[in-house]
Amino acid sequence: MTDLATRPSRVTPDAARVNRWGWWYFAEYQIKGFRAFAGTIVATALGNPVLYLAAMGIGLGGMITQQVGGVDYLIFVAPALLVSTVVTTASGLGMWPIMSGFKWEKYYFSAGATPLTPGQIVDGQTVAVGARLLAQGLVFWLVGLAFGAFPDAWSWLVVPIATLAGLAFFAPLMAYSATLEDEGLQFNIVGRFIVMPMFLFAGTFFPLESMPSYLRWIGWISPIWHGTELSRAVSFGQDLSIARIGLHSGFLVTLLVGGLALSHRNFAKRLIS
Amino acid sequence: MVAANVAQVPVIQARSLTKKYGDFTAVDAIDFDVEPGESFGLLGPNGAGKSTTMRMIGGTSLRTSGTLTVAGLDPEQHGPQVRAQLGVVPQTDNLDEELNARDNLYIYGRYFGLPASYLKPRVEELLEFAQLTEKAKSKVNALSGGMKRRLTIARGLVNEPRVLLLDEPTTGLDPQARHILWDRLFRLKEDGVTLVVTTHFMDEAEQLCDRLVVMDAGRIVAEGSPASLIRQYASREVCEVRFGSDRNEAMVHQLAGLAERLELLPDRVLLYADNGEDVLEGINHLGLNPLTSLVRRSSLEDVFLRLTGRSLVD
Repeated sequence: MTDLATRPSRVTPDAARVNRWGWWYFAEYQIKGFRAFAGTIVATALGNPVLYLAAMGIGLGGMITQQVGGVDYLIFVAPALLVSTVVTTASGLGMWPIMSGFKWEKYYFSAGATPLTPGQIVDGQTVAVGARLLAQGLVFWLVGLAFGAFPDAWSWLVVPIATLAGLAFFAPLMAYSATLEDEGLQFNIVGRFIVMPMFLFAGTFFPLESMPSYLRWIGWISPIWHGTELSRAVSFGQDLSIARIGLHSGFLVTLLVGGLALSHRNFAKRLIS
Repeated sequence: MVAANVAQVPVIQARSLTKKYGDFTAVDAIDFDVEPGESFGLLGPNGAGKSTTMRMIGGTSLRTSGTLTVAGLDPEQHGPQVRAQLGVVPQTDNLDEELNARDNLYIYGRYFGLPASYLKPRVEELLEFAQLTEKAKSKVNALSGGMKRRLTIARGLVNEPRVLLLDEPTTGLDPQARHILWDRLFRLKEDGVTLVVTTHFMDEAEQLCDRLVVMDAGRIVAEGSPASLIRQYASREVCEVRFGSDRNEAMVHQLAGLAERLELLPDRVLLYADNGEDVLEGINHLGLNPLTSLVRRSSLEDVFLRLTGRSLVD
């Protein structure tokens, strides 16, 4: 048997190195985990845009003969669909997998027994989810290009915008999921009464202005709407003032930063008691 | 840090270490030292405070009062630096079930900032140590309980830790798997790895520990080597007799003079003496006719019974 301990150590675990790069080590792990489900992830990433663009853009769009927002319906709806599918994926990743890391698979506890800090685990988790959302958005955009759904040269920016919107939803949800001890109705409630309305009332299928004013607030607090407004500006040049760009971006960044701060606190409470 | 200096001071030192959860005191002002290369045990029943002590050593549970140093550092102030030098084997295997055995070791090594050039050969060594080389590509969810446990221990060794913390290492394993695991741990002990083991199995403590503390209700009730504890708190041999659960108690006064000390348990009576055969002969001579009888050497179970009035495993 190899002498595991008494031979001169060839390497010293370097706490300072982990202090700098710990977030990346955890992200590496999560990305490796995604690779285990690569088939499902790629099928979803490809299937979603094909189905959505065919059904909403071509099917529904075929019935809408007039232009919406100054463009064909397919071009109007495509960036919004991209943002909403990415945000929907982000919401899924912010619920069960986070709870599993504490409750079932306990991967946060195994990482917490190493030099990694709770904050690095949160940051690594977020980077990994961001990478997955970015890849999903990229696939959607490429499929959309084939459909002729993204006419502007700057339309590729919908990919980072959707990723930001996704993370703006993911981070606060991760903070909340980290507080749950038992699975219950919470995630069903989040899915049905938060994610679903934010998707339906976010100006995805029609301009938010066509909604009655008493329902528009749902869009205003939805990362999907803020991401959609930005993505339409870059995808087909929908008018958006600098102030509005600042407002939408600022809203998304605030949610992301606030969600991360809360996650840092909640993970630390859970992992170090 | 100079290795020679480090080797002369305790790897772990606890003084008046206390942990409270509200009104409940999980660990109650305990003192202990763990020397380099030693195999140190925390023996006690469930709820004695063993796992909480382990978590405080790793800096993942915050103490209420007292002092604690690991490799000369306070784990609360220097958690990452302390954990860089520890190997942790938790009570339940928290391996990634979706990854294979090899990737579980590799990923865990990355958490310590270890480069691929070191980890690749190290992972193969650890798979060999855990007798899992042939299962390297198997997903964890396809491994048996004993294999998972060995993989968790191998994972805890990936950073060549100064101290390996083992929390209930063989709970839930069948006898064969336990013996394979003990063999692996014994080899680590021979290699000079400092082991800290919590267990509620007396045979495990006797097999693995050079020195141990007996814990009950958050306190240390005795400390020493397994042999010295048995010498101090129990006689050389024990005669166990069963008269049936409804008769055991009634027989006590007739048995009283036959041994140095006597313990009445719900299912049996234990008679402590230097020569258990003599006691059994005395019982037979009185014509008491026990249903079953057994003479054995005293164990840590008897020490615990003496110190707390209760069995280790309820």
